[in-house]
Amino acid sequence: MTQAQLFITCLGDQFYTSTLQNMTRLLECLGVDLVFPPEQTCCGQPLFNNGFEDQTRAVTLNFMRAFAKSDAPIVGPSGSCVSMVKHHYPELFPAGTPEHSLATDIAARTFEFTEYIVNVLKITDLGAVYPHKVTYHASCHYLREMGLKTEAKTLLNAVKELEFVPLNEEETCCGFGGAFTVTYPEVSRAMMDNKVKRIIASGADTVVTCEPGCLMNIAGGLYKAGSNIHAMHIIDLLASKEGVA
Amino acid sequence: MSDDTHTYIGFEEYSEHVPPSIPSAVQQATSRFVDGRAARVAELPQWEELRQIGSDIRLHTIENMDVYLTRFETAVQAAGGIAHWASTAEDARQIVLQIAKEHNVKLAVKSKSMATEEIGLNHALEAAGIEALETDLGEYIIQLAGTGPSHIIVPAVHLKKEEIAALFSKKLHIDAPADPIELARIAREILREKFLAAGMGISGANFLVAETGTLVIVTNEGNGRMCTTMPELHVAVVGIDKVIPDWESLTVFLKLLARSATGQKLSTYTQFITGPRQAEGEFGPKEFHIVLLDNGRSKILKDPIGRDVLKCIRCGACANVCPVYKNVGGFAYGSFISGPIGAILSPQMLGMPTARELPYASTLCGACADVCPVKIPIPTILRHLRRRVAQGDDFATPTMPALIHATAGLVSLALAQNWIYRLGTRLLPFFMRIFKRDGWIPSAPYPLSRWTKARPLPPFTASFRQWWNVRSTKGKE
Repeated sequence: MTQAQLFITCLGDQFYTSTLQNMTRLLECLGVDLVFPPEQTCCGQPLFNNGFEDQTRAVTLNFMRAFAKSDAPIVGPSGSCVSMVKHHYPELFPAGTPEHSLATDIAARTFEFTEYIVNVLKITDLGAVYPHKVTYHASCHYLREMGLKTEAKTLLNAVKELEFVPLNEEETCCGFGGAFTVTYPEVSRAMMDNKVKRIIASGADTVVTCEPGCLMNIAGGLYKAGSNIHAMHIIDLLASKEGVA
Repeated sequence: MSDDTHTYIGFEEYSEHVPPSIPSAVQQATSRFVDGRAARVAELPQWEELRQIGSDIRLHTIENMDVYLTRFETAVQAAGGIAHWASTAEDARQIVLQIAKEHNVKLAVKSKSMATEEIGLNHALEAAGIEALETDLGEYIIQLAGTGPSHIIVPAVHLKKEEIAALFSKKLHIDAPADPIELARIAREILREKFLAAGMGISGANFLVAETGTLVIVTNEGNGRMCTTMPELHVAVVGIDKVIPDWESLTVFLKLLARSATGQKLSTYTQFITGPRQAEGEFGPKEFHIVLLDNGRSKILKDPIGRDVLKCIRCGACANVCPVYKNVGGFAYGSFISGPIGAILSPQMLGMPTARELPYASTLCGACADVCPVKIPIPTILRHLRRRVAQGDDFATPTMPALIHATAGLVSLALAQNWIYRLGTRLLPFFMRIFKRDGWIPSAPYPLSRWTKARPLPPFTASFRQWWNVRSTKGKE
């Protein structure tokens, strides 16, 4: 039986309980035997991206110790957090050290959710039904650092009764950027407003993304704009059977 | 390090008061360049290969800059030109002033140049009683407005045609219509007189071809050609990073530059200048000087990560796609160079005490690195400079405010000692419940108040761990 470890990410942990439950159910339905290491906290990206490399290492070690107990693949619902582990963990330790070997090992078996489904399990249809007009926001790290250009759309394409509508400037950042939202809140707001305007203009009633960070930002922006467009994580859409969001 | 004391660059302060006309003008103009670039790139199947070659040549050149600069200098001298070395901005200004004084220059006409913006040459000339007139239309506009450029290749990108018409009317005491063609005609008429009267032409350069000592200037308006051929004296001020090995490498950069910058296959004018005129009757000035400007570049070269900024060919593509730049405009970056490239150059050139806010002026979305024609890893350098701010390195001591530094230490502790994090995860939903209204947290305590300034926060649910535990003991539903 295929085994995998759940990497829930700190934003998922704090804000998206139902998304994590859906992720668990979807993976189990595909026959994946899941392990959840409870010692996991955050991948350390907020510290790393803000220049606190020394402070990042301690967090990284906690993560690696938590996931080193099993050699199963590690699957997370965020391209950004997965990219941190996959691309930046090995940079944090000098080559030749045991920490570097561990980081390299962990990095090689960490996957973003849609990447794991489409590219590892080779499944494109999760049997979802979602009779709505849906548009898609391509999250920056998911798209550019992970290079995941087609995976999300492949999965959406298989959803029954779903009508896909394109989003103008789909690949433009929504203004999240982690600590950027509190460092330069006005710029973040301007970027978010642009994104929200385009989502509304798309004519969709649902916008999906593969990133909890973008989701928090876009959902909040839509609420603030008085829109009833539903912002959801792709996992929640893929878990939908009745079209009831 | 620049010798000039530069005022502190308050990106945050500026970003709180961006004039609303700026993002709208900037977004309109940059979108055209983005679309144009995409169309040109799509026509070239070998685009990615070309970028890689461009990147390799630039890296090779900056790694061997001493060799190529010496070769360039020798070739310039062989062609009858005079090369000067300026280690600081002040040195460069003094060299130009000295040349102007020796030739009794009263009026200088200028072709668009980032290097002269960098050293503030116009002010120095004016202080010495020499009129310096910008002849690139965009530069002419911002000179009238009394500001610096807000974009590398489109200095007046922040202004709409109506604002330019109002500026012309006010400064030139005419009734200028908001019609780009008419505005260009007005400027052209004024500039033509000046080209004929000027005692000195000043330019920068896009490239310096080391093998022949040739200056390459790429323009769309033809003013560069006028500035460098009509006056009897031509002085070019060029950053030492502009050197490239030979003409073969130039063909790569000419293919990359115009496509990345304006979405053209080639700019309207590509000009090659090798020394002064060789004989009476030939085009070109009698005397040709080049000021090779260091101004901190050789120091940047010592940083194995940061030095990649010197690969830049100043196309502006990174700014055109940058969602931060598009919402704040170029003045937010507080220096002659703006956008993502400014955010990685200014901190290295001006020092962290002046520019420590700039490396954070990015969401690290990576759009800039995707379009950079010479593959400068901008997000990597931004992170590198953030590290310099937060914890210091061989080049600078930390400049991060102590409170933020202490907070990062506490965050690190809480995330590394997972029992603290897990305890927090249990407590936070209860604590945050008091701020919950209508399924959201519309205003949260500091520092999350900076988040809720712009949009509400979703409520803290944090019950996956409990759900998992219950499920593990009682079985799956």
